[in-house]
Amino acid sequence: MKKYLPLLALLLALAMVARTLVTPKNPGAFDVNGFGRLPVLANGRIKPLDTIARSSLLQFQGRQSVTRPDGHTLTPTEWLLDVTCNATLADAYQTFEITHPDLLALFSLKTEDGAGGKRYSFNQLGPKLAELDRQAKLASPVESAARTPFQRAVLQLYESLIHYQQLRHALVAPGREDFLADLMTFQTKLPAGVAAVHAKQAGQAHDEAALTAMTEMGEQFMEMSESTNLLVIPADNGETTGWKTAGAALLETFSRGSVAPDALAYAGLAHAWRLGQADKFNELLRLFQKELGNRYAPELAKCDAEARFNSAAPFYTSMTLYAFAFFIAVFSWIVWPDTLGRSAFWFVAVAWLVATAGIAARMWLEGRPPVTNLYSSALFVGWVAVAFCIALEFFYRNAMGSVAAGMIGFSTLLIGHYLSLGGDTLEMMRAVLDSNFWLATHVVTVTAGYGATALAGFLALIYVFRGLLTRSLDKPTADSLARMVYGIVCFATLFSFVGTVLGGIWADQSWGRFWGWDPKENGALIIVIWNAIILHARWGGMIKQRGLMCLAIGGNIVVGWSWFGVNMLGVGLHSYGFTDSAFFWLTAFVISQLAVIALANLPLDKWRSFAGRLSAPSPAK
Amino acid sequence: MNDVFRQFRDFFVSLKLTVVLLILGMILVFAATLDQVNLGIWAVQEKYFRSFFVMWRVGEVPVPVFPGGYFVGGLLLLNLIAAHVERFKFTARKSGIFLTHIGLILLLIGELLSGLWQQDFQMKIGEGETKNYAESPRLNELAITDTTDAAFDDVVAIPEALIARGDPIQHPKLPFKVVVKAYYPNSMLAMRGADSGPSLATTGIGQRVAAAPQPPTYKPDEQNIPSAFIELVGTDASLGTWLVRVPTQDTPFPPQTFSYGGHEWKIGLRSLRTYKPFALTLLKFNHDVYPGTDIPKNFSSRLHLTNAESHDDREVLIYMNNPLRYSGLTFYQAGYDGEHTTVLQVVRNPSWQLPYIACALMSLGLVIQFCIHLFAFIGKRRTAVASA
Repeated sequence: MKKYLPLLALLLALAMVARTLVTPKNPGAFDVNGFGRLPVLANGRIKPLDTIARSSLLQFQGRQSVTRPDGHTLTPTEWLLDVTCNATLADAYQTFEITHPDLLALFSLKTEDGAGGKRYSFNQLGPKLAELDRQAKLASPVESAARTPFQRAVLQLYESLIHYQQLRHALVAPGREDFLADLMTFQTKLPAGVAAVHAKQAGQAHDEAALTAMTEMGEQFMEMSESTNLLVIPADNGETTGWKTAGAALLETFSRGSVAPDALAYAGLAHAWRLGQADKFNELLRLFQKELGNRYAPELAKCDAEARFNSAAPFYTSMTLYAFAFFIAVFSWIVWPDTLGRSAFWFVAVAWLVATAGIAARMWLEGRPPVTNLYSSALFVGWVAVAFCIALEFFYRNAMGSVAAGMIGFSTLLIGHYLSLGGDTLEMMRAVLDSNFWLATHVVTVTAGYGATALAGFLALIYVFRGLLTRSLDKPTADSLARMVYGIVCFATLFSFVGTVLGGIWADQSWGRFWGWDPKENGALIIVIWNAIILHARWGGMIKQRGLMCLAIGGNIVVGWSWFGVNMLGVGLHSYGFTDSAFFWLTAFVISQLAVIALANLPLDKWRSFAGRLSAPSPAK
Repeated sequence: MNDVFRQFRDFFVSLKLTVVLLILGMILVFAATLDQVNLGIWAVQEKYFRSFFVMWRVGEVPVPVFPGGYFVGGLLLLNLIAAHVERFKFTARKSGIFLTHIGLILLLIGELLSGLWQQDFQMKIGEGETKNYAESPRLNELAITDTTDAAFDDVVAIPEALIARGDPIQHPKLPFKVVVKAYYPNSMLAMRGADSGPSLATTGIGQRVAAAPQPPTYKPDEQNIPSAFIELVGTDASLGTWLVRVPTQDTPFPPQTFSYGGHEWKIGLRSLRTYKPFALTLLKFNHDVYPGTDIPKNFSSRLHLTNAESHDDREVLIYMNNPLRYSGLTFYQAGYDGEHTTVLQVVRNPSWQLPYIACALMSLGLVIQFCIHLFAFIGKRRTAVASA
């Protein structure tokens, strides 16, 4: 039995992956998933509605699932269907997270009014929206670094509510009982209405009722158009320019003489959804998709793939597998080192392959190198570090690599999860960053340098904890760990140096100067210097094994600073993408690393692994 | 060899010195990064990197508190060179390390040279406009122009630093002496009311407008707007005192005219200009955004370049990540002012190739050294596995 454990582990890991690859089933009779694959142009990118639904929910409440007041759970796309087609229902869903007590007080709400003690519905917030608007106006002129937590919470909720309004007005007019019927009537009355408008302009007798109907619908369309930024109506020519909001497309009815078919299709889908007519919904959706396919076949294929990617959630699977790997590998130090060690290795390998596939899928969807923003840098830092771990495990087979892989893979993906709460993570690149060559060279190498430096730090953490708390850090293990750390520091020096230099060359190419002492440049430089310090101190015999470990842990602080800290300064050419709560976590992380360094400096007789061997001369000075 | 010399040499070639200098350098970079929030990027460079010591002001006295960029970088350079001369025996096994350090020496020298030689200027050109000069984004000058001849202007430009010093200035081309009555490095304008005291200015706009000194700003998106009260003193009597100020978008402050000695003159403060042998005409400025958003996708300027001396007469296109390199200058797209005015940054850095060479050497060196170690490691593992 014990012999087959690694094989079993591999099969279990593969089964977990296979489960996510199954085509997702529709939750009911409606082809909700098909609706989720419809294309929309938002933030400069054509993406499926499914992505809009998921990223909106993450932004509002930090999670993707929604529970209706009757206890029924909705998929993100079902929720989006309710918001866009049946807004009065969706207004009662508790999807807005508020945790700041003063902000709750502003709405006269208590934690027990919210789902999970923190999520509230649009209806619950409704009565005090004017006050929120006033608070947002007070807070927005304050520089973002100087805002109080209350002001940040106000602005965050305000932005969420604006975004919610944009969703509500995306497809149909939210206040109307039956928008499809209204459009039909509008279409039949259009000739008479237009005649009335012309007659009025010419100062002749005209049909006042027809005129009023026209103005009323025109105002309705105008309101829809102005309240949303989701371009759901594709252009006629198959281009990525010329997409329109539903409202704008409807406004064009006046000039073209008939309602735009795509806008009508969405009104029809909304109608069928509201009335629970699944057959009609599915048939209409099928025709609409077929018609779109004539103009946008490649884009639709990409949207299909992206929706599948979203539902497979590879990084979530990978994160779970890393967690398993970590615990199994730690246990392998206590019992069955070989069997459990190999089991852990398989978990790591599968987790890494899943992450690789996820990163590759993102690269294909975006048409970009792997690192384009803070979120993707988190994925990539983990990916690089785990790749090194796999190599270490291949050479040393002592589960060190697997423990480090589990820890670092899990934590980088967790960081990634929190960074994804800001919205869609496949962003368009701002002008100066719009260069695949430099993104592929400079950004990738620098990020790999972060990953390697962090890995050396994590291996050093293992050394300190195993040595201090257990008796398992014998001399061969300690020596091999020291060799690993040293090797990884060498890699880290190479990557961070080459990456920094490539950054300098990019800066010279686009800004005419090699080095500008910009905070992000300085951050990268500090990593290079830190690694150089470690190497030179070791070569000069100024540090031994424990000193090496302490400096490597210091490397974690340096990486934390360069990766996130410099963005918090809010100055410089590179300051982008940063969440305020990150400051707290960065500080906590720095303090924890300093604490470990302090622990590592405890006298050797306090180290459980070394205490018994103190009489013999130990290499660990 | 005597003892003092040996100690001296041992100090300069030691690896300990290297590590100490690296640590000092890291602290310096870190502190400079933090201080950018207060001082902005330019002042930080002067204070931390282009100095021998970082100074803190205690009252009026500057006290050195930390070694500056020149100190740390210079010692590191000495340390590196000394160590290589004294200690280093060139072998194939250490060729990588050797190349890396040669590269580092070049890099340090390059940074020193660009610190000494690099100049930054800006050209702000509207569509259809032609300019044959670049302006400094931070330095200013007092321009006194003889406009008597309609065919050309005869300009005497006095750098802001001389105005700031405050000594009377007598230029051979000027029939009068320039006396600085007051100088504010940063200033605000206000209309003079009934309750304001007597103005320093006795002629021109300064009689109606008051300039109030402001604390200097270091924010990246703000600019210091200096003002000065300038008295011109002829051979027998004063011509009057003018208020001059650098014009901005919001408060235009055109040069003021006067007559003296049968000549027509203009006086005004402006951004420091350097005239070029060539001229650039902006044909079209484009600001592209991603569809349906205001996320910038690209900024580009189509310009016409003319240079009579070198017989250049052609169109050039400058856009993000694609600067124009011409006559020792780099022109890159730095920004825009409205939809029809481009702002180009113009950088002169004669040593710009040095970092490229240095980096190529260092990267090559690191890769070589790395491969040597990696192959040795793999070889060792192989023999270890084979013998096990």
